[in-house]
Amino acid sequence: MELNREQLLAAYHQMRTIREFEERVHREFTAGAIPGFVHLYAGEEACAVGVCMNLSDKDYIASTHRGHGHCIAKGCDVKAMMKEIFGRQGGLCAGKGGSMHIADMSKGMMGANGIVGGGPPLICGAALTAKTLKTGAVAVAFVGDGGFNQGTTLESMNLASVWKLPAIFVLEDNGYAESTASSWSISGEPVKRAAGFGIPGEQVDGHDFFAVYEAARRAILRTRAGEGPSFLHLKVNRYFGHFEGDATTYRAPGEVEKLRAERDCLLIFRKRVEQSGLLKPQQLDAIDQEVVALIDAAVAEAKAAPQPPAAELLTDVYASY
Amino acid sequence: MRRDPRVILMGEDVAGGMGAPGEQDAWGGPLGVTKGLMPEFGRERVLDTPISESAFIGAAVGAAATGLRPVADLMFIDFMGVCFDQILNQAAKLRYMFGGKATVPVVIRTMFGAGFRAASQHSQGLYPLFAHIPGLKVVIPSSPYEAKGLMTQAIRDDDPVIFCEHKAMYDDQEEVPDEPYAIPFGEANLTREGDDVTIVAIGRMVKFANEVADKLEKQGISCAVIDPRTISPLDDRTIIESVEETGRCVVVDEASPRCGMAADIAALVAQNAFEALKAPVKMVTPPHTPVPFSPALEDVYIPGPAQIEAAVRAVTERV
Repeated sequence: MELNREQLLAAYHQMRTIREFEERVHREFTAGAIPGFVHLYAGEEACAVGVCMNLSDKDYIASTHRGHGHCIAKGCDVKAMMKEIFGRQGGLCAGKGGSMHIADMSKGMMGANGIVGGGPPLICGAALTAKTLKTGAVAVAFVGDGGFNQGTTLESMNLASVWKLPAIFVLEDNGYAESTASSWSISGEPVKRAAGFGIPGEQVDGHDFFAVYEAARRAILRTRAGEGPSFLHLKVNRYFGHFEGDATTYRAPGEVEKLRAERDCLLIFRKRVEQSGLLKPQQLDAIDQEVVALIDAAVAEAKAAPQPPAAELLTDVYASY
Repeated sequence: MRRDPRVILMGEDVAGGMGAPGEQDAWGGPLGVTKGLMPEFGRERVLDTPISESAFIGAAVGAAATGLRPVADLMFIDFMGVCFDQILNQAAKLRYMFGGKATVPVVIRTMFGAGFRAASQHSQGLYPLFAHIPGLKVVIPSSPYEAKGLMTQAIRDDDPVIFCEHKAMYDDQEEVPDEPYAIPFGEANLTREGDDVTIVAIGRMVKFANEVADKLEKQGISCAVIDPRTISPLDDRTIIESVEETGRCVVVDEASPRCGMAADIAALVAQNAFEALKAPVKMVTPPHTPVPFSPALEDVYIPGPAQIEAAVRAVTERV
């Protein structure tokens, strides 16, 4: 692991941005300011950032319904994201998609997806494009422990192997698919399931940015070199419910508090870089403050942004009709 | 495919023989339609797939969104069920949901139609389900000339296109220009003019409608026959203008009657040409049943010239 100071600061900045973004969206949603559904990524930041720091704009990712973290980690504009979640003009998708369909093709972010398992086939396609046009790009499909059982995911793993596509399947196993435990709903072991398709993979602690970054680096290098698809099983936890409004009674009492105290990826990162002298606490504190200001500004701008004009209901259904 | 290296073809057995010890390009599709493409363009551009529509139809969508112009073969339209999400919720919606910042130039070609004794899971005409979905275009050629021009347009079009080929028409023959040509979408073809009744027919029914028109002309009934070519976008203007002249409309479609194209077109005519109508719009469709296997039953199922003629007589003999 040879991450330099700049990269470490960038990693922390991105993870902190995701954390503050999600915590703020949680508060705004609770206050009734945000329409529709949101599914928050807080707790899982090391996964998105650890993987996406190994990618560039020319690489593709597809996310799940829990897409804000991947969107930020892939370099999408935070203020445009916030406007999108509020459904306003200037949103990343002009207010037409919302939280569940947040996307930016120019950053290779092929969207959050309202359909569980919707991403993996799209990623096979992006990988096919990369292979056919010889761009050297890779395509990463993030799936949850729920999506890991969806037929589309399994078919995509087979197809990617058979076609030897530069596709990477990343299972973010946060322990719950909606309200049921992944330990119950996934038959067999994920790494063995991938191996059943001939796809090599490893299980990683998803709270440890460095472990995720390194495993992702190995997987992406191998796949980019043309050796076929790779798999990562990231074991992690989410702090909030499946959706905002989820009473989460299926969780044990004190479960989340314990995770925040003992398994928080930002605290783990800070401890590691401070103890090893790689970064100083003041540098990280400065980032904390900067990010809070950024998110404050994003929310203020989103709330002040106009609604999309009614005429835009009818636009962009087709390129031409 | 010669013109644009981004155009690729994928599907089950579109070449055939992949990984097998015998002939490569063994099938060229189940009815040989794509034979010869793999030898010319190679297996990098003509891809056999495993039997996993969800994955490869979705891959075609993802590839289209990222710079290729794929043609994906959904072997039978009846198989839409196993990959419907990729078409309904992904292909059709990416552009709109992403605020116009995605383009999905995918063509999904698929076989439809009864007459092969292939029974209920291989004989349907399910295209109305696609026409119902905003974001998709749906094309149904009625002849070889139409097929070439419309397929050319489909590949050049920047929207997702469902290209529906009637399986009983592959052996139809007519003069087709060698050079490329494109037939625009949303422009119906008035295949013959007429004064007494407007027949709107889809796919294989266009042929039958013209047979009926030939026969009835000799008996003093003059039929206009309109082939919409594309049911989405639908050229309702041409249909309505014709009905405003004739005052009578018969719609012939092989798709199931409930919520089908015949009902859709009939409603448009009723809403927009009511004052001109001298009789109710008549729909000629199969009954509300699955397609039966027994040839005797299937032949009753499929709308044919006799039913079309009866419908025309019903609207023209009305006082």
